[in-house]
Amino acid sequence: MSTGIKDHAALSDLFNQDEARVDWHDETLWFVRAKRDKAANTLEEWEALRENASQIKDNVLSNLHDYLSEFESNAQKNGVIVHWAADAAEHNQIVHSILKAKEITRMVKSKSMLTEECHLNEYLQQNGIEVIDTDLGERIVQLAGEPPSHIVLPCIHKKKEEIGELFHEHLGTPKGASDPQLLTAAARVHLREKFLTRRAAITGVNFAVAETGEFVVCTNEGNADMGAHLSEVHIACMGIEKIIPKRANLGVFLRLLARSATGQPITTYSSHFRTPRAGQEMHLILVDNGRTQQLGRADFRNSLKCIRCGACMNTCPVYRRSGGHSYHTAIAGPIGAILAPNLDMKQYADLPFASTLCGSCTNVCPVKINIHEQLYKWRQVIVKEGYADPKKAIAMKTMEFTLSNPSVYRTAGKAGRWVMKNAPFLVNNKLNAWYKQRDMPTPPQQSFREWYKKNNNE
Amino acid sequence: MSSRAQILARVKENQPDLTVLPADLIALVQYADPVEMFGKVLDGIGGMMHPVKDYAEMIGLINTQFAGLPRIISTIPELKELTEKDWENQDPHSYENVDVAIIKAHFGVAENAALWVTESLMGQRVIPFICQQLVVVVHKKDILSNMQEAYQQIADSVYGFGAFIAGPSKTADIEQSLVLGAHGPKNMTVFVLA
Repeated sequence: MSTGIKDHAALSDLFNQDEARVDWHDETLWFVRAKRDKAANTLEEWEALRENASQIKDNVLSNLHDYLSEFESNAQKNGVIVHWAADAAEHNQIVHSILKAKEITRMVKSKSMLTEECHLNEYLQQNGIEVIDTDLGERIVQLAGEPPSHIVLPCIHKKKEEIGELFHEHLGTPKGASDPQLLTAAARVHLREKFLTRRAAITGVNFAVAETGEFVVCTNEGNADMGAHLSEVHIACMGIEKIIPKRANLGVFLRLLARSATGQPITTYSSHFRTPRAGQEMHLILVDNGRTQQLGRADFRNSLKCIRCGACMNTCPVYRRSGGHSYHTAIAGPIGAILAPNLDMKQYADLPFASTLCGSCTNVCPVKINIHEQLYKWRQVIVKEGYADPKKAIAMKTMEFTLSNPSVYRTAGKAGRWVMKNAPFLVNNKLNAWYKQRDMPTPPQQSFREWYKKNNNE
Repeated sequence: MSSRAQILARVKENQPDLTVLPADLIALVQYADPVEMFGKVLDGIGGMMHPVKDYAEMIGLINTQFAGLPRIISTIPELKELTEKDWENQDPHSYENVDVAIIKAHFGVAENAALWVTESLMGQRVIPFICQQLVVVVHKKDILSNMQEAYQQIADSVYGFGAFIAGPSKTADIEQSLVLGAHGPKNMTVFVLA
């Protein structure tokens, strides 16, 4: 907040300048949320599945040391080369060293929020390596020079006309063309050439099974598979919390993931990679980057149960109206706001405040993370550690003084009602943050206390 | 200390007290007619189901649906009269121009229309992803109701690569408009053998 970088409120202001777009963004995401509800309601055991998934993930976090060792040894037996990275820098160096040993300078990548978190693309580009994102939404934001604004729907903030313009410029589609069918067909041709000519592919990992050493990657487009099965070198990158104990647990998670994310019964492809293809090298990088620290924070470790479905974003009234970029971190929305302060409490001090604490995120979370409670707890930690916005700290102090002094409270209430009635311009101006995009309410004639006193005596 | 040792030590130090793995769920969704449900869900995700009584009927439908397409490959012996010979051991990139790939699935799942296919049934891993159109054959008795049953069936079987495939490749990344054929097959036909 005090770093000179724009905070959530300032970035939301930018997004909110175009009211029609805000409405469209809000409605589109609510439409996805509604699809989630419909999909969840088709299964009588939905709540039992959530509870089961939550308990499996609790078990994973409580036994992570042994599961990681078990997974590593089984993956190695399967012929996978396993690497460990303490932080983003080490992760990026490992990827680079693998490519360097093979003299590879161009590669394809399917969706991996971990590589976004580590800023892998920028690092590789600085080292002379070209990275092509192959998920359509990610390719679109890559062409636009932007980060994804949503973990499942990377370009949900973009209108098809803007995408048409980008494709006209980069892929040579006709000027003014904006039909999704036509644009997707153009991207298919463009990306197929990349799949066929690149020797290395990076994928993310949705689940890694300790018992078998296999890992599962879920996509709708098939881009992870096109990349992996055509490459000489497949590099899979995962956070250490992606482990699950048994193969059978996939039955629970695959039932929850896509229904929670987009309302589909399952993603088109749920690919189980166990051994490299004959002649192929398969690498897997296990990344910490702050996860072990979060594991040690009793109030916040539950955030590591996340399976990255994005349901908390689609339902969040703040996310829907402020856009993913306002969170200035790789993972936006409510879950991002409880993950980011662990990495840098000062830089992300604003994010836990970007919430109404309505609890909708917690209600839709497929692994039952208490997201809104953690947001509230982060606020307390951030204020205590001295990272809160000074304006907010002063307002809180004033509020504390007012609320703990009945006579001050009564006078303040009276003054407020008088001002709003007799001099509304004093509050209805741009100096008042509450007036932006809102009308101030009509002040009541009297306070509740005054009303009660009067009516109780009669 | 290596990063491996450091990460494992920190995990051990910071992980909470052990909680037990929950028991497997019971009493999960069962469909009276799993094949009908499978067909309905497949239709909803952009695929097409054809129940057929035998390979002869299937061959007739394949001949009509894919007439004139130059490159049709299959891993199913019963279909070898229709399809290209000796295609299996080529460089994976060479399948880029495959028009139709016809493969078998171990089983299908009614709740999500997913079909379980391992690499022994694919010929090569890339086949079901790189072809323009995908056809999958599954036996009627092998349509299960839900994913827990699916993993009971998979159990501890050994495969190098396996995938649940549910419908054609798709994307809705542009304004949530659904488009079939993002990178892989533009459509998917499932023949359910009686």
